[in-house]
Amino acid sequence: MRTVFEKDKMNALADNLAAMDTVKGRSLWTDARKRYAANRAAMVSTYVLLAVVLFSIFGGYFAQFSNEEIDWAILGSVPEKGQPSIASGHYFGADELGRDLYARVIQGSQVSLMVGFIGAFVAVSFGTIYGAVSGYIGGRVDSVMMRLVDILNAIPFFFVLILLLVVFGRNILMIFIGVGLVSWLGIARVVRGQTLSLKNKEFIEAARATGVPTFTIIWRHIIPNLMGVVIVYGSLLVPDMILAESVISFLGLGVQEPQTSWGVLISEGTGTMQYGTIWQIGFPLFFFTTVLFCFFYIGDGLRDALDPKDR
Amino acid sequence: MLNLILRRIAVAIPTLLILTIVTFYLMHAAPGGPFTSEKPLPPQVLANIEAKYGLNDPLWKQMVNYIGGIVTEFDFGPSFKYKDRTVNDIIAQGLPVTLVYGTLSFIFAVVLGVSLGVIAAVNQNSRFDYLAVGFTMFAQVLPNFVMGPILILIFTLWLGWLPGGGWNGGHWQNVIMPVIALGTSYMASIARLTRSSMLEILRSNFIRTARAKGIPERTIIWRHALKPAMLPVISYLAPVFVFMITGSFIIDMVFSTGGLGYFFINSAYNRDYAVMMGITLLLGSLTIFFNMIVDIIYGWIDPQIRY
Repeated sequence: MRTVFEKDKMNALADNLAAMDTVKGRSLWTDARKRYAANRAAMVSTYVLLAVVLFSIFGGYFAQFSNEEIDWAILGSVPEKGQPSIASGHYFGADELGRDLYARVIQGSQVSLMVGFIGAFVAVSFGTIYGAVSGYIGGRVDSVMMRLVDILNAIPFFFVLILLLVVFGRNILMIFIGVGLVSWLGIARVVRGQTLSLKNKEFIEAARATGVPTFTIIWRHIIPNLMGVVIVYGSLLVPDMILAESVISFLGLGVQEPQTSWGVLISEGTGTMQYGTIWQIGFPLFFFTTVLFCFFYIGDGLRDALDPKDR
Repeated sequence: MLNLILRRIAVAIPTLLILTIVTFYLMHAAPGGPFTSEKPLPPQVLANIEAKYGLNDPLWKQMVNYIGGIVTEFDFGPSFKYKDRTVNDIIAQGLPVTLVYGTLSFIFAVVLGVSLGVIAAVNQNSRFDYLAVGFTMFAQVLPNFVMGPILILIFTLWLGWLPGGGWNGGHWQNVIMPVIALGTSYMASIARLTRSSMLEILRSNFIRTARAKGIPERTIIWRHALKPAMLPVISYLAPVFVFMITGSFIIDMVFSTGGLGYFFINSAYNRDYAVMMGITLLLGSLTIFFNMIVDIIYGWIDPQIRY
C-alpha cells in the first residue's frame, strides 16, 4: 500500500528543518550595533579616535627625540629653526626649550587619554554600583545614600581638587582621585532612577521568589539591564575628564615636568604664540579638539543607538 | 513652595558645613605653617607666636574661632604671605572684577544661547539652523582656555583692536574679550539644550492644539512653548554658574584681569592657605546659594516637581 507521506521525503524535511538555524532573535545589542554602524558621523569619529589612540601608543617609535631631551642645536632660535619639518626630525617642530614637540604631543596624548578613559571607567563603575544598590534596596538606605550624593554634588569640587593638589602634591593619582570623587555622582543618580523602574519588573520578582540573594540580583539582573544608559553616560564622561585634567594642567597644577598633557602643551603654546611659533599651540590643539569632537559624535551615536525609546 | 525652600536650605547647610570642614582640615594637614620659613625661628619664639595666634588650640576650636570670625565680623583672617593685606582686602580687590565679567558673560551666554536655540528650533532644517548647530558643536570643543588665547591672537596680535589683558578699571575694551572667552562654550551648550527641548515641545500635543485653534505662530512660541522649553535650560544654569567660577580662574590667568582666580591660583603656588581657604569658602557658599535659588525657581516654574 502506498503511504500518504513518503518516509524519505519526511526525513528530508526534518533534516532541512534541523539544518536551518533557529530563528535569530534581535537582541538590543545587535540592533544597537546596526544602528550605530549606520550612523556615519559616529563611525567616522570612532575610526578617527582609534587612529589617535594608536598614534599615541605607537607614534613614539617614530620619534627622533625623547620628550625631555633638549635639542641644543636649535635652542635659542626655536622660532626660526624649530619649525615642523621632516628633515630635522622634529615632525611637529620644537617647543620653547628646544624639546621635540612630536614626542611631547604623543606623551601628552597618552596622559590625557589615560585620564579620560581610566577616570571615566572608575567613575562609571563606582557610580553604577552605588546607584543600583541605592535604588534596589530603597527605603531609608536609599534616602541616606542619595542625600549624600546631593550634598557632595553641591560642593564646588574644583576648589577641593585644587586644595588636594596643593596639599598632597601634584601627581596624576591625585587628579584621578579628585576628578573621580565627583564624577560618579551624576551616573549614580541616573542609575538609581533606572533601577527604581526595573526593580518592580516580573523577572526581578521571579529572581527574588526563587531566593536569589540581593547582591546577586543587583549584579546579575539589574546592572546588565542598565548597560545602555551606563555606556552612553560613560562616553560623555570621557571628554569631561579630559577637559577637567586640561583645565588643571593649564593652570599649572596638573602633571609635572617632564610629563605633559594636552592642557600643559596648550598652555605652553599660548604663552609663546606671539613669537610666531604657531605650531606649538596648533598641534596640541588639533589633537585636543579632534578627540573632543569625536567623543561628542560617539556619545550622540551611542545615545541614538541604545535609547530604547527610539525603537 | 515653602516646603521646597525649607528642604533646599536643609541640604545647603550641611553642604556648607562639609565644605568648611574639608577645607579647614586639608589646610591643616598641609605641611608647614604660616611661620615656617627658610630661616627657622627659635623654637621658643615660634611657640610664643603660635600661642598668641591660637595655633596650639585643638583643631575644632580653631575652626570654631575661624567660622565665628567670618559669621560675626565677615573676617577671613590675615594672609600668610602678603605682609600688609588681610584676606578681606584681597577679596575686596578681586571679587568685584570677577563679578563684573562673570555676570556679563552669564548674561551673554544665557541671552544669546536661548535666542540662538529658539530661532534654530523654530526654523528647523533651515540654513540658519545648520549654521547654529555647526557653530555650537564647534564652540563646545573650544573651552575657555583655548578660546581666550585664540581671541588674543586674533584681536590683539593680528588686528590690534583690543588690549591683550589687564583690567584698567573695567574699561569696555578690557572687558569684552574675557566675557566672550568665558561665555562662548556655555552659550553653545545652552543653545543646543534650548534647541532640542524647544523642538520637543513644538511637536507636543498642546502646541498642535494651539495651532489648530489658529493662534498666531509668534504667540505660540512666546506664550506657550518657551516656558516649558526653558525647564532643562534652567536646571543647567546651576552647573553653568559653577563652571563660570572655575572658568574665571582661567580668564584671570589668560587675560591678567586680576579677579579672585588670580589670587586663588597665586596663593596655590605660594601655599598661602589663608587666602585659598577664604576664597574657597566665599565662592563655595555663593555656588551653594545659587544652586539653591535655581532649584527653587525650577520648582516654581514646573508645578510637576514636588518634593
